[in-house]
Amino acid sequence: MVERSLGPADIVPPFEVEDVELYHPKSWLTKYVFSQDAKIIAIQYSLTALAIGLVALVLSWLVRLQLGFPDYFTFIDATLYYQFITMHGMIMVIYLLTALFLGGFGNYLIPLMIGARDMVFPYVNMLSYWIYLLAVLVLAASFFTPGGPTGAGWTLYPPQAILAGTPGQESGIVLMLVSLILFIIGFTMGGLNYVVTVLQARARGMTLMRMPLTIWGIFTATVMALLAFPALFVGAVMMLFDKTLGTSFFMPAIVQGGEVMAYGGGSPILFQHLFWFFGHPEVYIVALPAFGIVSDLISTHARRNIFGYRMMVWAIVFIGALSFVVWAHHMYVSGMNPSFGFFFAVTTLIIAVPTAIKVYNWVLTLWRGDIHLTTPMLFALGFIVTFVSGGLTGLFLGNAVVDVPLSDTMFVVAHFHMVMGVAPILVIFGAIYHWYPKMTGRMLGETMGKVHFWTTFLGTYAIFFPMHYLGLLGVPRRYHELGVTSFIPDSAHTLNAFISIAAFIVGAAQILFLFNLVWSWFRGRPAGGNPWRATTLEWQTPETPPAHGNWGKELPVVYRWAYDYSVPGAKLDFVPQNQPTLSGG
Amino acid sequence: MAAAIILVLVVVGSVAFHVLSPWWWTELASNWSYIDDTLIVTFWITGVVFVAVILFMAWCVFRFRHKEGRQALYEPENKKLEWWLTGLTALGVAAMLAPGLVVWHQFVTVPEDATEVEIVGQQWQWSYRLPGADGKLGTSDTRKVSYDNPLGLEPGDEAGRDDVVIEGGELHLPIGKPVKVLLRSVDVLHDFYVPEFRAKMDMVPGMVTYFWITPTRTGTFDVLCAELCGVGHAYMRGTVVVEEEVAYQAWLEQQQTFEQMTASAD
Ligand code: HEM
Ligand SMILES: [Cu+2]
Ligand SMILES: [Cu+2]
Repeated sequence: MVERSLGPADIVPPFEVEDVELYHPKSWLTKYVFSQDAKIIAIQYSLTALAIGLVALVLSWLVRLQLGFPDYFTFIDATLYYQFITMHGMIMVIYLLTALFLGGFGNYLIPLMIGARDMVFPYVNMLSYWIYLLAVLVLAASFFTPGGPTGAGWTLYPPQAILAGTPGQESGIVLMLVSLILFIIGFTMGGLNYVVTVLQARARGMTLMRMPLTIWGIFTATVMALLAFPALFVGAVMMLFDKTLGTSFFMPAIVQGGEVMAYGGGSPILFQHLFWFFGHPEVYIVALPAFGIVSDLISTHARRNIFGYRMMVWAIVFIGALSFVVWAHHMYVSGMNPSFGFFFAVTTLIIAVPTAIKVYNWVLTLWRGDIHLTTPMLFALGFIVTFVSGGLTGLFLGNAVVDVPLSDTMFVVAHFHMVMGVAPILVIFGAIYHWYPKMTGRMLGETMGKVHFWTTFLGTYAIFFPMHYLGLLGVPRRYHELGVTSFIPDSAHTLNAFISIAAFIVGAAQILFLFNLVWSWFRGRPAGGNPWRATTLEWQTPETPPAHGNWGKELPVVYRWAYDYSVPGAKLDFVPQNQPTLSGG
Repeated sequence: MAAAIILVLVVVGSVAFHVLSPWWWTELASNWSYIDDTLIVTFWITGVVFVAVILFMAWCVFRFRHKEGRQALYEPENKKLEWWLTGLTALGVAAMLAPGLVVWHQFVTVPEDATEVEIVGQQWQWSYRLPGADGKLGTSDTRKVSYDNPLGLEPGDEAGRDDVVIEGGELHLPIGKPVKVLLRSVDVLHDFYVPEFRAKMDMVPGMVTYFWITPTRTGTFDVLCAELCGVGHAYMRGTVVVEEEVAYQAWLEQQQTFEQMTASAD
């Protein structure tokens, strides 16, 4: 049974845990800086992530400058180029996307959407942010150390990552590993908190099967992250030992510059297994919150219940579980025993089924809806296009034998940017347009929002769609210049220049977005408590922005699922989760 | 309205780009036409899904856009439809996976009569070793690498004395004969990549990896390194020449064996 609306007669279960008194800040410093309020922590996380994300964006322009116009920007040599792509990739994946979805949206939305006053461990939550900030600072410091940041590629494959011949092997790589270790420690504090909060602090009546999909996505992603990050953690520690103490976890016998090195007996492939045991789930750690959020955006702005809620929940859980047994699809040509290819191709393609179901259910939610093309809705539509495109090319790369010619080419770069770069970023934008009114009490500028959407969506599509074909042609990735290569025609260079120009236009559009964020804070149209006429609890707070403790005196009580839109017989086209009867009251 | 039209244009544009693109795979020069075939099957299936899903979405955006008085349908689920879609998707996935697995099986199964060729990567050049008259490659050990023994052959191993060693030169292969390409690295990861062959594989220090091909077209092909190996990665180039048996034998005669190499060094 879907526990949709059990009616007013439904008995509200008693409190399992008594309402607790929160820590009340006594000064400006404990209110806004060392805050224990999840909403403030969320904003701290988000601003930090956006700031370092901006660095990654600028790095992508530098990379595109070089790729589009290799003869003009001679200051970008191989060393700088590799440092740029490495820092760009790592920042985008870990320090921007992971931090923003879990630390940012997780902190803001979990307590509000499940009807809690705050996270269950507010103090640990605060520590989590400060350790994250430290991780970001350590990472940023590597730009200023001798030798600069590491240029080993975001995959940090040994032996190369810690040997001469790779940029940043002096100290950049050490800082990178330390920063990752810090990030994981900080994340674990936050992550345990999110999980316990969802399991223990839900409002009365908020059963698991009544939770908004946003919470399901963030919750499952957090559980996955808690299981996946340890693999990266041990990999990073072991590599740090190889680098600083001379151990040989990942280091076989090596000859460099004619000298036999002191290493011996280790396995470079072991690192790849550890990395991808984390790295593949990481894709879904970023994707599942996006899936959840986009479901809620579509449902709210199409005024229609999400189609197939139970399937959606199970698909999230199933994808989460399966994604721990597919990691070696990143390693078909790594030199591991090729027989593994059979297993990993099968598991990988199986994941396509629940993923496809999610896509169908999104578009079926649009069918016979009452679609309001607001900015958040536009971003949700853009997400579907991008995600479908990126998801389908995943079927190429997951099918072992098709991956063989395509791996390590620009096809891969195009694929993962579509699916885990652009698609989640579009959701993040949509989510910001959607929840900004709750966070600030004002609407974001709508016209600016639409210009931002169309440039970003069409621009990124123009960047990454043609890029697949460069990869198909055979253009390798991680090449800072192609030189003269017989199979690469001049037209490929022209296409590269086109892609670069599109990238600059997309970049410029983000400045408009930042402007909108600041401008609307002061000048935006006042939003009121529930501008989108949404059902979920965060829109039903007594104050906007919600005060510390979220709910005033009385905790909300939940009577129905999160998707009572356009219910026949109801007075309005939405029935909030905490409203006992269809007609209100 | 505008949004729906733009979505349709995205679909039309993508398909047109695909059809008209001058950027397409290089002409095949090995037996791996099966890989190309599987790729085409995948293109068709995924292409149809892409077009269908996005067009359906565009239609919904057009047909069900907000109007005064429109009421959305309240339908939490539709079991039958959901299972149908699941089933059809599973079918489509199977249609790609099945040929994929069959071809993967061929890819990992080296024919009995394949001759062995060794390629050794090092920052940032390729070296090659071919079995001598005995048809066998001698054993090797990275620790034995020295100026006179760039590939680290085991000096005591008889089988290695007649091995042909080509340091930094080009590789020749006879047309129409299956070769098992053994891959080794003495420093970091590399990847021997000839787009026209389709097959590729990483070279990993500390172990020997492999792939196999049968060259099917004569010509000279660029070799690139496809696994990041440091600042010289983009410059780690080479050439492979595929030629008729006679020309190949003539080339082979001119190459040095390991024994000759060490002798000239003494
Ligand atoms: C419009 C925005 C973006 C542009 C123009 C862009 C461009 C690029 C380019 C040109 C490369 C180098 C490809 C190569 O030669 O190997 C790259 C690498 C990468 N990008 Fe982006 N990118 C963007 C956004 C993102 C986002 C949002 C993510 C988040 C997942 C991301 C993740 C990565 C990763 C993981 C790499 C691989 C780095 C490596 O090879 O080590 N990028 N990007
Ligand atoms: Cu993966
Ligand atoms: Cu390389």
